Amino acid sequence: MNLKVWCEPEPHAKKRKEIYLDNSATTRPYDEVVDYMERINRETYGNPSSLHLKGIEAERLVKKARETIAASLGANPKEIIFTSGGTESNNLAILGYLDANPKNGRHIIATKIEHPSVLEVFKRLESRGYQAEYIDVDEKGMLDLEKFRSAIKADTSLISVILVNNETGSIQAIDKIAEIKNSINPKTAFHVDAVQAYGKMNLTTIRGYVDFMSVSSHKIHGPKGAGALYVKNKTKINPIIFGGGQEKSLRSGTENVAGICGFGLAAKMAFDKIEENHAKAEKLKSLFINKLKTCSYELKIISPEHSSPYILNVSFKHVPAEVLLHHLESRNIFVSTGAACSSRKNLKSHVLAAMKIEKCYAEGAIRFSFSIFNTEEDIIEVSDALGAIVPKLQAIYGGKPQV
Amino acid sequence: MDMKGMNMKGMDMKGMDMKGMNMKKIILVRYGEIILKGLNRPVFEDKLVKNIKRALFSLGKINVEKSQARIYIEPADEAGYDYNSAINRLTKVFGIVSASPAWKVNADFNEIKKCALEIVGDIVGKSRGDTFKVETKRGNKAFFMKSPEINAELGGYILENMPSLRVDVHNPSFVLYVEVREFAYIYSEIIPAYGGLPAGTNGKAALLLSGGIDSPVAGWMMAKRGVELEAVHFYSFPYTSERSKDKVIELVRILSAYCGRLILHIVPFAQIQLEILGKCPRDQATIIMRRIMMRIAERIARSSGAMALVTGESMGQVASQTMQSLAVTDAVVNMPVFRPLIGMDKNEVIETARKIGTFDTSILPYEDCCTVFTAKHPVTKPHPEKIEMSESKLDIESLSENAINNIETLIINPL
Repeated sequence: MNLKVWCEPEPHAKKRKEIYLDNSATTRPYDEVVDYMERINRETYGNPSSLHLKGIEAERLVKKARETIAASLGANPKEIIFTSGGTESNNLAILGYLDANPKNGRHIIATKIEHPSVLEVFKRLESRGYQAEYIDVDEKGMLDLEKFRSAIKADTSLISVILVNNETGSIQAIDKIAEIKNSINPKTAFHVDAVQAYGKMNLTTIRGYVDFMSVSSHKIHGPKGAGALYVKNKTKINPIIFGGGQEKSLRSGTENVAGICGFGLAAKMAFDKIEENHAKAEKLKSLFINKLKTCSYELKIISPEHSSPYILNVSFKHVPAEVLLHHLESRNIFVSTGAACSSRKNLKSHVLAAMKIEKCYAEGAIRFSFSIFNTEEDIIEVSDALGAIVPKLQAIYGGKPQV
Repeated sequence: MDMKGMNMKGMDMKGMDMKGMNMKKIILVRYGEIILKGLNRPVFEDKLVKNIKRALFSLGKINVEKSQARIYIEPADEAGYDYNSAINRLTKVFGIVSASPAWKVNADFNEIKKCALEIVGDIVGKSRGDTFKVETKRGNKAFFMKSPEINAELGGYILENMPSLRVDVHNPSFVLYVEVREFAYIYSEIIPAYGGLPAGTNGKAALLLSGGIDSPVAGWMMAKRGVELEAVHFYSFPYTSERSKDKVIELVRILSAYCGRLILHIVPFAQIQLEILGKCPRDQATIIMRRIMMRIAERIARSSGAMALVTGESMGQVASQTMQSLAVTDAVVNMPVFRPLIGMDKNEVIETARKIGTFDTSILPYEDCCTVFTAKHPVTKPHPEKIEMSESKLDIESLSENAINNIETLIINPL
């Protein structure tokens, strides 16, 4: 049988310089990670469940990776469940906890700016009879703590909060949220989606406040297809995938050994230099903001002042974000409109809607997201490109129709 | 084509080789209209055979024979041949009216009886029916029995051996067809195809392919009448996404399952749209854009030997498709412009798009961001003189020249 439908990656014909500023969608893996995974795929290809040496070798590597991820969160290795990524971790935490603790009530709470992998799970739960409440955020994207306080009830089983929002970079005050929750209903489980925060800020303190924390590999220069869920010791949770009983029966399926190990190495590399990288991202972001503040065209910086240094959301008045994106793309600059997941559906961003951004800005929001691979020259080049493109597009889209 | 109801009754009997009997699994193809074409008939038939061979090429070696408005396809390796895929592909070859998986035996009544019993046994075994009738065509008048005799004898023989069956001549759950020619062919299924004329028997035209629902259907309808197509797409990157190009390529690929390999010209168009927007009244932008597209398409058509243009317009569907607009659009070209959808309602077009398999691709949302180029209230009754006056502000010649010099041409093969 000859399967013709085989897709070769596009050849790198011209080695044109590319500026990749879509690191919240995914990142380029470290070369070390790619090499490490190649070695594992070639040599340590055993199934960790196998009884022989090939299996044991693989199992040892997975163990090392688990210890690394646990250490990065200040957790016990037993509290780390490997998954296929952030989406699965979010699904497992919410669905798995509610399934295992039916007596804790049927009321669940999230913010209005969660990732779809939380919001869609909530919608599904609503259709199964759960009562879900979505708490407002202010214009800075910060959770309204008073509304949150009044929402918690005796039968609130679980709350889910996104630590760093993937569209705007806003950072929630997990300590305050936990404090409020504990003062009203300490039994309520607390899940934090830390996918955009992991490897970019110290999470050990925050981890102490929560029962579940979702993290992902490919946002920190690790491979796609790997992630983890922190499950606080002694928390009752059921699996959502069933089979051979891997990951303490919480996540059946042969371990993605190379992916998990690549994840482990990427986490090690990220945490080894976490302060240094953070400072660098901060520098890039403030350089970018300064460049934008001196430009002549109308724009609005959507990301709040105190937000992740890795994410800068900017809206250019009257300019459809996708058109600007393609213009940047034609100069080999890669960015995102809102969140990559929703841009294809052509829906307006639920996050910006929750922040009540005016219409003429809500459709023009571009997310620039940085990584350690970006340089100051990149930022200067991008602001120059914006200077060439944005006024032209504003003339087309914002100008009065000619008669 | 809805292939869901299709099952290969009788085709599962692999390696049936009864004593002294030579049963061969074949595919029988019927073609209709082209037999009417008088002296041109051999040309059409040869083209059809060629197209069939091309469509089935990758499935394995076959022997194709034609005789008396039938084409017989005999795979070299019966056991390993994928009859389902072959029939599926045949239903997309224009000129074919229908196809049947059939068994070929010698024109010998004993062999016919045995073979018929096997086929019926298989149908009954899979509980696909409990009433039947036999329908015979006797092309070979030298055969000693007449058709009604065969029907009766064969029906009786089956009833004797299959006590669970009944004959129902008005509403049978299956029909056993017997054709007696040089050999005898026995089958129970007739899978309809689209008819039409073999691709490439009716000249060549350039299809303006937008990526929407209509234009692929228009191209398909012309191809069905034997017209060879060459597709032209106007591409507005960076006002649209690269994905919109992939989408058009995918649509051409779907069409190529019907027409064979297709050529697609991708014309860079954003610069021209910007010029129009900058220099012409916005309410005329669409009509002027259409006129420039037609001019460019005509030049591509002439250089590739095409004699006409094909568009997916339907009367009155949008502002650029009013009678006045179409007239003003046509005024710039000197070759026929075919609009096979002109009298169709949108839902009829959608129905066809679903049937031919382009709909799901057409509705992918990758082109919405070029709405800037459409005015809120475009002219519906453009005056030729006014349009010409607006156009005089553009250097259409050099704009078109520039676009044509930057065309990307792709050759798309069916999957």
